[in-house]
Amino acid sequence: MYKVKIFVTLRESVLDPQGKAVTQSLHSLNYPEVADVRIGKYMELTIEKSERDIDKVINEICSKLLANPVIEDYRYEVEESVVQ
Amino acid sequence: MRFAVIVFPGSNCDVDMYHAIQDELGEEVEYVWHDTDNLDEYDGILLPGGFSYGDYLRTGAIARFSNVMKEVIKAANEGKPVLGVCNGFQILLEAGLLPGAMRRNESLSFICKPVELIVENNKTMFTGEYQQGQSITIPIAHGEGNYYCDEKTLAQLKANNQIVFSYKQNPNGSLEDIAGIINEQGNVLGMMPHPERAVDELLGSADGLKLFQSIVKAWRESHVVNA
Repeated sequence: MYKVKIFVTLRESVLDPQGKAVTQSLHSLNYPEVADVRIGKYMELTIEKSERDIDKVINEICSKLLANPVIEDYRYEVEESVVQ
Repeated sequence: MRFAVIVFPGSNCDVDMYHAIQDELGEEVEYVWHDTDNLDEYDGILLPGGFSYGDYLRTGAIARFSNVMKEVIKAANEGKPVLGVCNGFQILLEAGLLPGAMRRNESLSFICKPVELIVENNKTMFTGEYQQGQSITIPIAHGEGNYYCDEKTLAQLKANNQIVFSYKQNPNGSLEDIAGIINEQGNVLGMMPHPERAVDELLGSADGLKLFQSIVKAWRESHVVNA
C-alpha cells in the first residue's frame, strides 16, 4: 500500500483572496513579518500497489480531478506503508 | 422548441429554469436527471444553478464527470444551444466546454443581489433580442464567480467577441468584469447572473426573458431554413 499526501494550491500567478485576507489578519495581530499566505487543500490517498506506475496514477488523478490546472498547482509525497 | 433542464444532486435553480421556459417563454421543457445517457430528443440544453455534489473539491468538479455530461458535450458539438447559469457555468468550465476557471469572490462573501450587466455581444443565438451595449438588470447569487483565465485566453476571448455579458460594477473581482462568455462556435454560453430569475416584472426584472426568446428565435430561423 502507498500513503500519498497531495497538496493543491492556487498557482503563483493567481490571486488567492483567502490567503490575502489571512495575511491582513496576521498583520493586524502584529505579525508584520508574514509576507504572504497561500491557502490550499491537503488530501491523503491510500492506494493499493498495482501494475500501474504509482507516479503515473497520481499525476493522472491530480490533473483529471483533484486539481484544476487552469488555476491550481499540485505536489505530492509518497510513502510505502507495510500492512500488518 | 424542446428544452432539457439537467438536474444534478444539489441543483437548486432547476425549478426556476423550468418555470421560465414553461410559464414565461411558453416552450416545452423537461427535467433530465444527471444519469441520463441520451439527449437526442432535446433542442436546447440548460444547466441550472445550485451546488451540484455539494461543491465538493471545486464547484462543478464532480458534476463534470456525471453520465449526462458526455451527452451535453455531444449536444454542444452538434451545435445545439447549451446554456449554463451559475453552477451550470462552473460545470461548463470544469468540463472544458468553455475556457478559464472560477475563484472565490474577492470579498470571500456569497453575493446575492440584482446587478447591472452590459450586453457586450448581441450577435449570438442567446442575445439577438438585446441591443448591442444594452444595460440589463439580472440577479447574481454566488460565492465563486470570480472568473479567471490566462492572458492568451483573454486575448482570444476578446478577438472572437466571446465576452457576451460584463458587469457594470464588478461585484466579485472577475477578470475584465466578465459575467458571461460564449465558446468559439457560438452555441455554448456560460454566465454567473441568473436570467431565469428575471423573467417577470413581479420578480423585479423581466430582462432575462429576452435571452430565452433569443434562443427560440435563432432556433426557429435556422430550422425554417433547413426545412
